[in-house]
Amino acid sequence: MEIIEKIISKNGLVFAFLFVGIIMLFSFWISKKLLRNKIPGVAIAILIGLALAFTGDKKGMADIPIFAGMAILGGSMFRDFAVVATAMSADISKIKQAGLAGIISLLIGVTVTFFIGAIIAYFMGYTDAVSMATIAAGAGTYIVGPVTGTALGASSDVIAISVATGVVKTIFTTIATPLIAKRIKLDNPHAAVVFGGLIGTTSGVVAGLAATDEKLVPYGALTATFYTGIGCLLCPSVFYLILKFLGF
Amino acid sequence: MKIYGVALLAACFLLGKFLGNLLGKLININNDIGGVGFAMILLMASSIYLRKKGWLIPETEKGVWFWSAMYIPIIVAMAATLNVKAAVSGGFVAVVAGIVTTIICMLLVPVLSKIGRNNEIPKT
Repeated sequence: MEIIEKIISKNGLVFAFLFVGIIMLFSFWISKKLLRNKIPGVAIAILIGLALAFTGDKKGMADIPIFAGMAILGGSMFRDFAVVATAMSADISKIKQAGLAGIISLLIGVTVTFFIGAIIAYFMGYTDAVSMATIAAGAGTYIVGPVTGTALGASSDVIAISVATGVVKTIFTTIATPLIAKRIKLDNPHAAVVFGGLIGTTSGVVAGLAATDEKLVPYGALTATFYTGIGCLLCPSVFYLILKFLGF
Repeated sequence: MKIYGVALLAACFLLGKFLGNLLGKLININNDIGGVGFAMILLMASSIYLRKKGWLIPETEKGVWFWSAMYIPIIVAMAATLNVKAAVSGGFVAVVAGIVTTIICMLLVPVLSKIGRNNEIPKT
């Protein structure tokens, strides 16, 4: 036991790779077998992550020595590095394909979500611009939230709220999309492109559209993939400055 | 070699962060203002340019793809290392903000769907 502990504490990051791999495997298994893909495995994995953070205090489960490597893997350096790498899959020719409606829905989606999120955060007691921006960005996606929070220097608990907000959105989108689809006329590729741009959480959009009509999935994913990038660009900059300018 | 891809990613990342911090300095907020966003734009622009020139071969791209695929596991690790105990009191905000913003955006779908639609599908 002592030897194992020594190996793990000396190779924390490597152990974190193994541990997160197991969480992913477990989450996708639950999603597939128990929930019949109704809730995306990604959302379950992040929920498990948040739940595991209760085992520690300020640094979540990284407060437990053998899990200290999780803080390296989940630190802002690796996170931002990986998020930037996702831009590689964003193909400019695809944005042309999405057309004007796609671009407008992306911009309106990010903007409306941010400012309504900020208003909600304000009325629920998070009145400083940094916390408001972080939680509001989390209402965009669970990636935009922490990226914005880290850039603006938000505290770890506010960042945790922003991640939770993004996860709630993903799960809600997954469940609500098939229920609301008819009412919002989400039954054609054009509407799916608009839907993807407005909602933006790729895993939620894909899972929700798959439950509605599988043919719509690629159209929703087309615009949703750009959402996080636009959010990471606008939220910690223009939008945060607008909040500052408004006097928060 | 894959490392060329990783190096390209690192260059875009650092330059983006530099621009973000520079912008923060310019407007007197000592934060990183949109650095990740700048880095993403740089990566998109440089990969398009390099592809056109024929310098970005699939082997090089694999170095970037690996990190792109790692982002969900990294987010899971991040979630596990946040101060959630202190955030519990804000759990309600997360639920309200997550659901309300999503519903409002969903209701905008039929409104924005009208854009560009008439041009593409001529009325018969």
